[in-house]
Amino acid sequence: MTQVPASIEKTVALLAGADYVADRSLATVLFLALRMGRPLFLEGEAGVGKTELAKVLAKTLDRPLIRLQCYEGLDISSAVYEWNHAAQMIEIRLREATGSAEGDALRSDIFSERFLIRRPVLQALGGEPGRAPVLLIDELDRTDEAFEAFLLEVLSDHQVTIPEFGTIRAAEPPIVVITTNRTREIHDALKRRCLYHWLDYPSAERELDIVQRKAPGAGADLSREIVAYVQKLRAADLFKAPGVAETIDWATALTELDALALDPQLVSDTLGVLLKYQDDIARIEKGEGREMLNAVKRELALG
Amino acid sequence: MSWQAAPEGERPGGQIPANVVHFAGALRRAGLRTGPAETLDAISALRLGGVGSREDFYWTLHAVFVHRHEDGPVFAEVFAAFWRTRQMIEKMIALFSGRAPARPAERKAGGRRADEALSDGLPPRPARQDKPILDVDARFTVSADDLLRSKDFAQMTASELEAARRAVQNLVLTGDERRTRRLRPHTRGERIDLRETLRASARTGGDLLLPHWRTAQRRPPPLVVLADISGSMSQYSRLFLHFFHAVTARRRRVHTFLFGTRLTNVTRELSRRDPDEAVDRSAAAVRDWSGGTRIGEALALFNKDWSRRVLSEGATVLLITDGLERDDTTLLEREMKRLHLSSKRLVWLNPLLRFDGFAAKAKGMRAMLPHVDEFRPVHSVASLEALSAALSGARAGPAPRSPRDWLRDVAEA
Repeated sequence: MTQVPASIEKTVALLAGADYVADRSLATVLFLALRMGRPLFLEGEAGVGKTELAKVLAKTLDRPLIRLQCYEGLDISSAVYEWNHAAQMIEIRLREATGSAEGDALRSDIFSERFLIRRPVLQALGGEPGRAPVLLIDELDRTDEAFEAFLLEVLSDHQVTIPEFGTIRAAEPPIVVITTNRTREIHDALKRRCLYHWLDYPSAERELDIVQRKAPGAGADLSREIVAYVQKLRAADLFKAPGVAETIDWATALTELDALALDPQLVSDTLGVLLKYQDDIARIEKGEGREMLNAVKRELALG
Repeated sequence: MSWQAAPEGERPGGQIPANVVHFAGALRRAGLRTGPAETLDAISALRLGGVGSREDFYWTLHAVFVHRHEDGPVFAEVFAAFWRTRQMIEKMIALFSGRAPARPAERKAGGRRADEALSDGLPPRPARQDKPILDVDARFTVSADDLLRSKDFAQMTASELEAARRAVQNLVLTGDERRTRRLRPHTRGERIDLRETLRASARTGGDLLLPHWRTAQRRPPPLVVLADISGSMSQYSRLFLHFFHAVTARRRRVHTFLFGTRLTNVTRELSRRDPDEAVDRSAAAVRDWSGGTRIGEALALFNKDWSRRVLSEGATVLLITDGLERDDTTLLEREMKRLHLSSKRLVWLNPLLRFDGFAAKAKGMRAMLPHVDEFRPVHSVASLEALSAALSGARAGPAPRSPRDWLRDVAEA
């Protein structure tokens, strides 16, 4: 199955088939991105499933996943291509030794396909028709503007220009997913070339579905309590609210501890799975957490 | 289901493109940045035939027109208003499955802008503050510059303020560059540039293998300004805005926030080229101009919503406030501590510091002082010049006192 889905319904079904529970808005934008051949720009808090979407996409569409993890100082030679300098140098010495070093011929030989090392972006442009890879440009906000500007050519024309070699153009454009955590603003020029979507925390209903798929070991009652508690935490105005990834981790952790229901001691012992800032943990442990737990129990008892 | 199922006359080939064009215009008037490219995209997205309900219709247009999370509510309002008034889409959607449209329950922040965008008139431009024309005092013509430089903003006449504004526009912040991890070619660098070496070598047919070098690029860190615009600071606010406009124009990655009882990000407004327009727009963006102030709460908001977005890569923070907090200072102290931890250099600019015999007695000040790296006056062109020099790394003049010394003074007194 390498065809892109033909409707929004099919997109939802496709993702659900890989245990990714998407709401309608995400399915719509993903469907459009696939059909229009546009990069999908996903923004949202950490742990809402941005990276996961790209992985699931590669799996369900049966395409290779090429991941470019961004970081400060990321440059062309580690993101796009590099020349194999050692091999080039050996080649030059060999030619010298055999006395066949002709200026122009040497230049075109040295800078040929043979010495080109393909990094993620260039690899992504090399897909065959119908099998173009999924290119995940993860946490783009970690790089600098210079790299962003470079991406413009790749994203709109699906090509890379190598001065010594020429322009390499994709036979079939890759499926591009860009994610950011909003640690800085991405330039409008780049966003315009993409379809934008803000990935929010899921609703309680959807999150329960996710927990049941991803942590099936947790019983039905426990899962409901977990989701209700996490949803309460998110509403509590913390410095860093727990993401879906944390919910799944928590559910898995509680399953490992053979828990059947939440109790104050259990929550307090495992709070580090959910919250990653000392201020937040202290605040929840101080009593706010207990109130929340009581509220969760009450609400669930009422049905 | 697709648009092809629509009855004759209401196909996308007919009214849809025209309506999408009008809709794009409405969005543009409401402040979204969309151009013809988005409009074309929207029409082709609708033609893809995947739109079966009002909700899908909504998210299809959303995917194409919205590029920023902040624009979401505005889009929702314009969408609701536009497609309601025309009633065109309602009729069409009624032919398909009747799914409840994804509409916000109540009118949100974007409501007013949406209304303005749909009524044909532009949103009312904020009235410029009247600048009374005054006769220039002859005494200032001799050494007006010197007097002007040291004169307190609060005591300036309108024409002097105008002159100060021009002086402030010429202040530049440069020279506080830091090493980045990106390399650039350099004649005497620290690392061999193999690629350039080989290219040069190939040019000579491989005869010469002369090393080329690269070195780390340097660039200024982000600058984040948090300025108090409450009543007690209002004589300074507009002038500071001019200063930040000048800085924003000359330097990349400058983020400006204004706060009184709420926090407003005016970075985009200040990036307008014309200084008066930029300052007017910033002033218009702020709802609580010259109102009260809650420093602790404003900082808490900043720490929660913005610090991770604008304080990356070792940002310098300029906090401008008189530090006169009326509320309880526990929150203020906690948030100052967090701000200090997340910024590389935190400079507090306080106009009260100009007074002789100033003592950090106010409770708010005592809560803030332990958590700043520098404490400086900011009330005249000269003090802004000194600030520029300090930020540029030039150590002109005596070093300012350590913030903790002020606290010691109070303790000893």
